[in-house]
Amino acid sequence: MGKTGKISLYLLVFISLLSFSAPFISPYDPDKIDLDSIKDAPGLHHLFGTDNKGRDVFSRVLHGGRISIIVAVLSAFLSMGIGLVIGLFSGYLGGKIDTAIMAVVDLILSFPALLLAIGVSVVLPPGIYTVMIAIAAVGWASFARLIRGYILIVKEAPFVEAAKALGCSQKRVLFIHLMPQCIPLLLVLMGLKLGGYILTEASLSFLGLGAQPPAATWGSMVSASRSYISSAPWMVLFPGFMIAITALCFNALGDSLRDRYGLKIKY
Amino acid sequence: MKAYLIKKLLLLIPLLIGVTSITFTLTKTLPGDPVYSMVGERAQPEVIEKIRKELGSDKNIIIQYLGYIKLLIKGEFGRSYYTNRKVIDDLLSKFPNTLKLALGAMIIAIPFGLFLGFISAYKRGTFTDRIISSLSVTGLSIPVFLSGLLIMLFFSLKLKLLPPSGTGDLRFLILPSVTLSLPALATLARVTRTTLIEIFDMPFVTTAKAKGIGELKINFVHVLKNALIPIVTVIGLDFGSYLNGAVLTETIFGWDGIGRFTMEGIIKRDYPVIMGCIIVGTTIFVIINLIIDILYHSLDPRVRLYGKNR
Repeated sequence: MGKTGKISLYLLVFISLLSFSAPFISPYDPDKIDLDSIKDAPGLHHLFGTDNKGRDVFSRVLHGGRISIIVAVLSAFLSMGIGLVIGLFSGYLGGKIDTAIMAVVDLILSFPALLLAIGVSVVLPPGIYTVMIAIAAVGWASFARLIRGYILIVKEAPFVEAAKALGCSQKRVLFIHLMPQCIPLLLVLMGLKLGGYILTEASLSFLGLGAQPPAATWGSMVSASRSYISSAPWMVLFPGFMIAITALCFNALGDSLRDRYGLKIKY
Repeated sequence: MKAYLIKKLLLLIPLLIGVTSITFTLTKTLPGDPVYSMVGERAQPEVIEKIRKELGSDKNIIIQYLGYIKLLIKGEFGRSYYTNRKVIDDLLSKFPNTLKLALGAMIIAIPFGLFLGFISAYKRGTFTDRIISSLSVTGLSIPVFLSGLLIMLFFSLKLKLLPPSGTGDLRFLILPSVTLSLPALATLARVTRTTLIEIFDMPFVTTAKAKGIGELKINFVHVLKNALIPIVTVIGLDFGSYLNGAVLTETIFGWDGIGRFTMEGIIKRDYPVIMGCIIVGTTIFVIINLIIDILYHSLDPRVRLYGKNR
């Protein structure tokens, strides 16, 4: 892995550790309203300042990060799981099933993802589970497409033929012999996609379709404080930069993983 | 070519039926009853019943859907529950605004994206390349709503150069267009870079060099011609990101387009508006994909529209 990839990985571990230990290390209660210190500028008492209700922005950023990161990672696993199974079957079985599945995949990939996700989060009651379902409903398609393409190549390999000759059942060939081959590919695509999922989660929260108040995520913090951007810019800047830095680290990590495994991924 | 076009247009019908029926069923199962938001929670039950009758929402869901399809065939999207205006009229009056915004963003994104990608590929491995590459990854990682707010803070609240929000002439258009163009610009620069690097290594470039053709001609005629296909694909596919971004950008900058209209419809649970926006969005999408297909045909004679591998 290159230097950029390593730095991104360390930063991500650091951000995650900080967020996950939020209940122990955050200096204030994230939801505690303190009307004596409204919109205090960043300083010694409040590292990132306070918001319009006197809540400590640093504590809220830490707690919000926990939700944002968990939601993005879980939606990535959900997308990967669905995409992996569908991609395996589509590539291995071929024929009409394959054509039909790929038509659906193409449709989803060409459709504006955020609109689709907004559609899902409108139908289900807003909340973090809805965000995960919304992201996965769109996200599985790129995993399925990639796995399917890979299986098409790998299933002609001699070891698959050998497994079949030894009398392995179709299920065994598919899940024991072919599936492990996809792991590096899945790892790279996860890295590449997670940055986007962080942004989608943030955008849905920004639009009010994610975690509901009083719980804060980075996206909803930016949304709630956007009318104070000129009087208390720190309320917007800190959560906003956390989104950008986390997404950037995931993107850089994905890029360097891709280069390391020498894969060509366009989606 | 004609047969292909007709086939593509026919494919639009099942797609639209699918989209309308799915969104219709889903929006009907939404939590929250629009009748209550129209008259308030404490309205008389008779009043609520009367409004339900007027809207037709007391009838069977299939009958409601068929009624909706009938309206669609007539070119009607129904009336908004709130403004009681025809959804199609609002869509038609707001569509030019979204189009202006998307075109504005494209005018910024395409030349700059191509230019940066080209420089980056041409000088690959150098300091310039690394700077451009890091900038484009950063561009992909900043959420549109953050870049929008930062641009607004800097250019209109601090420097007071341009109005922060509203719909109007070019002065109002610049900031949202720039915001919307950023992710597309970054994607385009990245794709241009990887595509060009692949092509620089191809044997025909070496041949052209061996034949003594000038560097400028190789770059702008031989290489660029071959790079056009993947780049056009990305520009076309990225139209999705313009629509995505339009929802956020229009909401932030108060730009009166379809994106904000969709968002308002969703917040107010204004079903006819949501349905109309989704159907119009899907249709625009399919048409753009069709245009890209046709562009392929004229850009690359190797693409056979009737070929087996299509």
